[in-house]
Parts: sequence; C-alpha cells; structure tokens
Amino acid sequence: MTNYYGFYTLLAREIWRFLKVSIQTILTPVITVLLYLLIFSSVISNSRQMLPGIDYLTFLIPGLIVMAMLQNAFANSSSSLFQSRLNGNVIFVLLAPISDFEIYAAFVGAAIVRGVLVGAGVWLAACSFSLVPVKHPLYALAFTLFCTSSLGALGLVSAIIADKWDHISAFQNFVIVPFSFLSGVFFSIQDLPPFWERASHFNPFFYFVDGFRYSCLGVSEIEVGTSLKVSLIFFLLSSAWALWLLWRGYNLRS
Amino acid sequence: MNALEIENLSKNYGSLQALIEIDLSVAEGAFFALLGPNGAGKSTLINILAGLTRATSGTAEILGHDVRKEWRQARYKLGVVPQELAYDPFFTIREMLVLQSGYFGLGAGNRDWLDELLEALGLADKADTTMNHLSGGMKRRVLIAQALVHRPPVVILDEPTAGVDVALRERLWRFIRSLNRKGHTIILTTHYLEEAESMCGEIAILDRGRLVANAAKDVLLSRYRWRQLRLQLLPESRLELPAELALKQEAAPAGELLLRLHREQDHIGEVLAALDGAGVKFSDLRIHEPGLTEIYSELTGGGENND
Repeated sequence: MTNYYGFYTLLAREIWRFLKVSIQTILTPVITVLLYLLIFSSVISNSRQMLPGIDYLTFLIPGLIVMAMLQNAFANSSSSLFQSRLNGNVIFVLLAPISDFEIYAAFVGAAIVRGVLVGAGVWLAACSFSLVPVKHPLYALAFTLFCTSSLGALGLVSAIIADKWDHISAFQNFVIVPFSFLSGVFFSIQDLPPFWERASHFNPFFYFVDGFRYSCLGVSEIEVGTSLKVSLIFFLLSSAWALWLLWRGYNLRS
Repeated sequence: MNALEIENLSKNYGSLQALIEIDLSVAEGAFFALLGPNGAGKSTLINILAGLTRATSGTAEILGHDVRKEWRQARYKLGVVPQELAYDPFFTIREMLVLQSGYFGLGAGNRDWLDELLEALGLADKADTTMNHLSGGMKRRVLIAQALVHRPPVVILDEPTAGVDVALRERLWRFIRSLNRKGHTIILTTHYLEEAESMCGEIAILDRGRLVANAAKDVLLSRYRWRQLRLQLLPESRLELPAELALKQEAAPAGELLLRLHREQDHIGEVLAALDGAGVKFSDLRIHEPGLTEIYSELTGGGENND
C-alpha cells in the first residue's frame, strides 16, 4: 500500500516552502551565478578554445548551470529537513502514514524542482551573454536528474547527521562548494597538472559537468557514456545512504 | 477489539531500561489516563505507539494493527498531540492543517472538517496567520487540531494543558470530553492529577519503567485504605486522646486535630463518640477521602508527576 497522496502533499509542501522564499531560493542563486559569468568572461579571454571549437564563454555556461543546480538541490533538502528537525515540526511527517521511501522521494523531488528552476533561470539569463544550445536534450535531462537528485539525497544525509547549522554549513562549504569549483566548471581538467587532472576523475561532480556540457555542446573531455555511468552510480550511492539513514531512523526516530 | 493492546513491551537505551515488560489494554471508547513521575517511561510508551521509537521487545497494537508490522494502518488510527510546541514557521494554521490532512491521504473533501476543527478550537479567526504570532495556549490548540485532521479513533494527548491558563484548560477539556462522547478513545498524560481523576475512567501509573497500577478509577481509589478526619478544636477542649486514638493522630497546626482512619475498620461515629468521651470539643470537622494524589504518591514513592 502506497500513500500517493501523502507523498504528493509532502512534495508539494517542500516546493511550496521554497517558493514562499523565492527571492532567497531562486533569484539570489541565479544572480550569483550571473556574477560569476560576468567576472570570468571579463577576466579570461573569450577567444581561448577550451574544447575543439568551443570558446570560453560557451564552455563556462553549461558548467555554471550544473553548479547552480547541484548547490541549490543540496541546499533545498538540507535546509528544509534540518530546520524541521530544529523546530520539531518534522514530527508531523514522522507521525503520518508516509514511508521512508516516500519521505526520501518527496524531499529529493523538491530538490530536483528547485535545481531545475535555478538551472533554467541561469540558462535563460546566460543567453544574453551567449546562446547555448541543447544538442542532446535526453542527455541533458538525464544529467540534470542525476545531478539534482544525488545532491538532494546528500542534502538529506547532511540534514539527518547534523546536530547544528554549523555542520550543514561545513558540509556545504568544505565538500559541496570545493567539489563543484574543482569539477571543471571554470576550466578544462586537461589544463591541470597531471596529479590534479587524475584527482579530478575521483570528483563525481566532474562527470555531471562534463556530461551536461556534452548534452549542450556535443563535445566533452571524456566519453559521455562514462559520465552517465558514474553519475548513475553516484546517484544510487547517495540515495542508498539517505534511505539507510531514514530506515534506521538516525536522529529522527529512537 | 481494544483500542490499545500492549504485550510484554520493553525498551532499553543501552543499560537504561526505560520500559520493562509492560502489559496494558485500553478499551475502545475509554477515557484513559497514563500517569507517572519524570522518567517513568510515559513519553517512551507514547513514542512507541506513535512510531517515533522502536521497542526493544514486545508488541503494541492500535485497534488490532501492530505499530511495527502494520505501521501505516496503525498511524491512520492514531492522532498524537505532542508535548512540545512544534510548528512549521513557513505556513499559516490553515495551510498546516491542509498539509497534515494531505499526509494522511485526505484532500479537498476534508476541508469542511478542518473548518469545523478551527471553529471548535476557537482558531477560526487566526486561521490565516502563522503560529509565530500565537500564544502558548493557541499553539497547543493548533497541535490538537493537527492531531485530529484525519478523525483518528484513538487520540493520545501528551500533557495537553501544560502551560495553559485555567479558562483555556477548561475549554480544552470540554472539547476533549466531547470527542470522547463521539466515540474517540482518549489516552491522556497530565501532571494535573485532579484533572485525570475527574475526567478519566481508567488509570494506569508507570514508575521507573514498570506499570505499577492499571485499573478503573473507582477500583484504584478503593485500594487506598485511609482517610483523614480533621477537627477544629474549641479553646476549652482537652487535648489528651485515648490510647487507641492517639495511635491514629497525625501532625496538625495548633488548634486542630488530625486523625488518620482506616476506611473500613474505623467508623466515624465510634471515633466521634470516643473523642466526646475523652472531652475533646470541636467546632467543625472535615473528612478528606483519598484521591488520586494519595494513590499516586503511595505507588510512586511520592514522586512528582511533572514529566
């Protein structure tokens, strides 16, 4: 027996929550990313070829879209669940006939929606700088879903494990932000020294960025099939972690 | 079928035994009080029923549904008013009720009932404000409304009147009594023993994880064998009591005489005659029959019931 309406309501609640503060949750991240775009496109020569036939601005925009999506997907589920834990109102969900999987799916679903809205906002705004095509829409959809759902699941993990806002902030600032900055958003990993180039292959965000860039531009640093597989595996692992914590009731049920 | 059926239920937190082999049944439609001092295990028991805590061993059923194996059905049958004043800062009261109703699978068809709840609990004029702007008593009423959105046949109220003023408390009790009259089973924890005594037909007392009493209120009260006779003495009264009464004398303020009498063996008429014979003169007398407070103190070693 599945409580579809319960799941739908929790999903709606999560989307409704971030839309109530949309300046903070949608507009601000879009503006922030546009500032990156403005600064990097001014400082770095656009004539530079990052990949065959791809100038810097065109190279940069898909990476920025992915970075915005993954950071906001993480922020959505982590801040929502952790605030509910702190306020105590998470109890209203825990008392309801909603399964652990339904809770996971609702929070991750809302993280996907916010990630996509922010990503779409960045894409639309970035079009005023350079028109970025979407050459492979199905790949774009797959990488969007893998990236936002994986980070939505990691947001759940951090919200469950954390004991104070400081922990959420540490996870965001010491894991999510560095990994996203070092994922080849702003540069080609082929330009890195050999050690860091090899290290980048252990950064799962690199596969989201490279795969999404392929979806838009049709060129990438590694084979798109590899990016798809790694993204899928990362999604499965992060989801399994979140589901395991929910199933155990860690910090939620005793 | 019983509203609640608990068998051999234990809960350990490491070496701490929060609940020890609890066996408890609550009949459908009962108004049941669950009492006990701090750390007695009341909240642990409620949390197990609500699915917030997992028992170490034993079983608990709500209207025949095991809270672990048939957790979904059990939760549909149960409404819990938590002790803590938790609320969602993003949403208005009406929105919170709509969401809570949706979590239980109820959509637009349930809106009339939500309006009814808002009206009955005196929240209608505050329905479109967030809870940040409400007093403690109002917040408590919202929690009650949230617990009732799905019309649960079994309702657990964990300290529903904690921090609530007298007038509001009376209003809440009226509402809860009306729920009980409509057939809802009410399970209540409170630290106001007089409220439990006046409202509940069945009473269970937990102490240090063990169930030390579980009976109908009248049966429980009849177990206490003592009552007090308090006399307001006249100035000319003699103060020396016959030996058999002196044994029953308890400490009292100056000008009063206090006797602890056995409810069956000491007959008031005979005691008064003996006092008269001893020259004890009094202007007034009062008999204090035992209440829940005395039973509670005896069973829990006088522990405070303020969990």
